[in-house]
Amino acid sequence: MKLVVIGCGRVGSAVARDLAADGWDVTAVDEQEEALSRLGPRWSGGFVVGHGMDAQILRKAGVPDADAVVVATSGDNTNLVIGQVVDKRYAVPCVVVRVLDPARAEFYAARGMRTICPTQTAISALTTAVKKESKLGATA
Amino acid sequence: MYTIVAGGGKVGANVARSMLAMGHEVTLIEQRPYRYEQLQEEFEHQVLLGDATELHVLELAGIGRPPELVLGVTGDDEDNLIICQIASEGYRVPKVIARVNDPRNQEHFDLLGITQTVCATANVLGLVEHEVPEHGIVHLLELRKENLEIVELQIDKDSPVAGKRIGGLRLPDGSRLISVMRNGRSELAEDTTVIRPGDQVLAVLEPGKEDELRRILLKR
Repeated sequence: MKLVVIGCGRVGSAVARDLAADGWDVTAVDEQEEALSRLGPRWSGGFVVGHGMDAQILRKAGVPDADAVVVATSGDNTNLVIGQVVDKRYAVPCVVVRVLDPARAEFYAARGMRTICPTQTAISALTTAVKKESKLGATA
Repeated sequence: MYTIVAGGGKVGANVARSMLAMGHEVTLIEQRPYRYEQLQEEFEHQVLLGDATELHVLELAGIGRPPELVLGVTGDDEDNLIICQIASEGYRVPKVIARVNDPRNQEHFDLLGITQTVCATANVLGLVEHEVPEHGIVHLLELRKENLEIVELQIDKDSPVAGKRIGGLRLPDGSRLISVMRNGRSELAEDTTVIRPGDQVLAVLEPGKEDELRRILLKR
């Protein structure tokens, strides 16, 4: 199975390493060449330097034959555009897009896009933790 | 007409100023605080500080009314695309226009359904091409929505159509000659018009038919 990860920051690089360890054929894309170091010294997957908005870079990374693409650059709007381009132009079966702004994540999720919003996850986890703690406090 | 202008750089500020002078209602959105302060001196309550790709900022600007027109004219193509998508798909704004900063991104706007775009770089390049025609064919105007374009061809003495009547030409399907300019004067292309070396011919055609048209009119 082939995976392309666009944006090789803390999130992208960890996803790339995890799935490569599971046996996926992974190629990471990042504008910064230094991002390669995040993949570790024994990285045997692919790495392409360039911007995910560049159609040539997407082809070079193997997006047209990918089974899955994860889009996790630092820009929400960049991710939303790249995610739609990958889905519409290359019909990649699984496209997952990281969006930090909960409102935009929900807006595009309602339009059929698979968005992951770490902010929303944090909000839910924090709220739940506080509710649980205060309940414990009340009974103590 | 109510318009939201997203992006208060030179393009956005000038468009907003002109539209206000025309008597329209405008809200300008700018996210850089120092630029916002400059704009506020001129536009007062008609400029809003914020990121126009955030839904609550658009809501504050009145996207829910909805406006008749939204312009995505920031310096960032991804932002312009998302602003226009949110406006047209989320709030049923009838007309959205996006600025394309990098002409290489044009294909993304087309693919994602933002058909009304303006790209200054592509326009300037078109004018440069007009001065230095590379393949004898100059793109003058692209009508994306109509899927048509208008091009200009320079007829030289080796052209296979020099001396022929337009009515007798076998032009590609989906193309038509519009006018012929000779000695600085233009006339509409009629079936009886005879093409001469030195003429500048305007044609309207479906994109992709340029090579066929060039072969017939210029034989190269």
